[in-house]
Amino acid sequence: MLELRSVSRNFDGLQVLQDVNLSVPKGSIFGLIGPNGAGKTTVFNLITGLLPPSSGSIHFKDQPLAGVVPFRITERGIARTFQNIRIFKEMTLLDNVVLGCHRHLGYSSGAMLLSLPGYRAAEKKARARAHELLTWVRLDHKADLIADNLSYGEQRKLEIARALATEPELLLLDEPVAGMNDSEKTELMREIRHIHSRGYTVLMIEHDMRFVMGLCEQIAVLNFGRIIAQGAPDEIRQNPEVIEAYLGRDDDETTETTA
Amino acid sequence: MFETLDNFWSVYSNLVLTLGTNTLLALSIYLTLSCGMLAMANAAFMGIGAYAASLLTLNTGAPFGVALLAGMALPALVALLIGKPTLRLSGVYLAMATLAFGEVVRIFVLNTETLTGGALGLNGIPQSTQWWHVLLSVVVSCYVLARMRRARVGRAFEAIKEDETAANLMGVDANSYKLLAFVLGAAMAGLAGALNAHLTFFIGPNEYGFDRGVEILTMTILGGINNLVGPVLGAFLITLLPELLRGLKDYRLAANGLILVLIVLFLPRGIWDPARMRKFFSRRAG
Repeated sequence: MLELRSVSRNFDGLQVLQDVNLSVPKGSIFGLIGPNGAGKTTVFNLITGLLPPSSGSIHFKDQPLAGVVPFRITERGIARTFQNIRIFKEMTLLDNVVLGCHRHLGYSSGAMLLSLPGYRAAEKKARARAHELLTWVRLDHKADLIADNLSYGEQRKLEIARALATEPELLLLDEPVAGMNDSEKTELMREIRHIHSRGYTVLMIEHDMRFVMGLCEQIAVLNFGRIIAQGAPDEIRQNPEVIEAYLGRDDDETTETTA
Repeated sequence: MFETLDNFWSVYSNLVLTLGTNTLLALSIYLTLSCGMLAMANAAFMGIGAYAASLLTLNTGAPFGVALLAGMALPALVALLIGKPTLRLSGVYLAMATLAFGEVVRIFVLNTETLTGGALGLNGIPQSTQWWHVLLSVVVSCYVLARMRRARVGRAFEAIKEDETAANLMGVDANSYKLLAFVLGAAMAGLAGALNAHLTFFIGPNEYGFDRGVEILTMTILGGINNLVGPVLGAFLITLLPELLRGLKDYRLAANGLILVLIVLFLPRGIWDPARMRKFFSRRAG
């Protein structure tokens, strides 16, 4: 469904991504992991059109995404959340999610100004859909609150609901459980499974190993801008390069030599 | 009874109608502010509207309705042309660019004497503006803006104000919406200018300069930009305050300025701030 073909990206000579090949099959839950600064969020920014790749190409449903502006990429069926939460803080939860329905509200300005039945029906449908999506992440009881009043974890879940409102086929989650406590994590894991079972393809960046290993069918590991491993959770767990990237080289020898 | 009303009207009709045109101006800049843009071109758009309408009535004797339409259409068109490149800017840079545009318009008028009368301005504009023209314009503008606020346009504006990138990634074409806000605001400012010109008999280029731009911005910021009541309230306050303080004679302007400073100091989110009022009343009740 989503394919990155030898994508590279550099910022003023600094190579952030080098020759990244990634293929996310339709209907999968795909994990992208890697140490801090490995370039994971850059991958998301390239996919959603916030940054152009320096070389290589990105294809979604066999269509190239080069030069497509972000809102058009959303229209094609990719939605994302952000690592540093970017909800609309001064709006209610409901309005946040209804905003995600934006492109599905097809009424004319005339119908809007005169409050014609077509307009009211479309708005009502969008609100109903927004309530439904809020139920998916168990925030419906807070629909009329201002989003700023939510806890950190709840804000992350609101972002997921808002992203789903754009009716995407591919959902990109950037560190969905960062800052959540254990019970929140378990709950979100269940909710993401539900969302996945409804037919969405999910690509997530995550640091929490238990979360990624428990959820993803396929995992790719990014280190210093290169994909160093890719496969099922069990393979990744035993891959020596991955262990090295995360834990560092076996320290015993070095400490012995310095001592 | 009717006599006193007549007397009141003959003395204050100008003030009352200015309330209306100032409300239009405050609402016009509210549109761009609600989209998160600090565009300072509204005084210039007001001027373009005023000149377009006045020149039509003076030179061709066009009906007032046509003149008003032209007074909205020309600034809207100019906004469309300059909006594309300038709206990429944000914050102070946008304010600078739009201020510069205002200056360009002023100098342009000063130097096209054969058409606009240059520094001498335009004299003898027929006083066609009736009270109901102004009232109707204000009511229609408020209605349109109120409807927009509750629809997808209004939500898009607010989303862009809060986080343009996030709005884009939610499928909102932020650039087009910003241009829409800019063009609609220009049309409203132009309407205010056209109405005002047919009220005051005379217009000159210096009426639409920097001072006017700041005054328009002050009205809206003072009133608050959280909803439509704010700009209307701000326009009323800025228009009426100098009149109410007439008794202070020489100290009038000083008192006027002092009141504005106090409001900004103690009510930074504007006079009309529903969230603060709710908090205030719930504290009293509790």
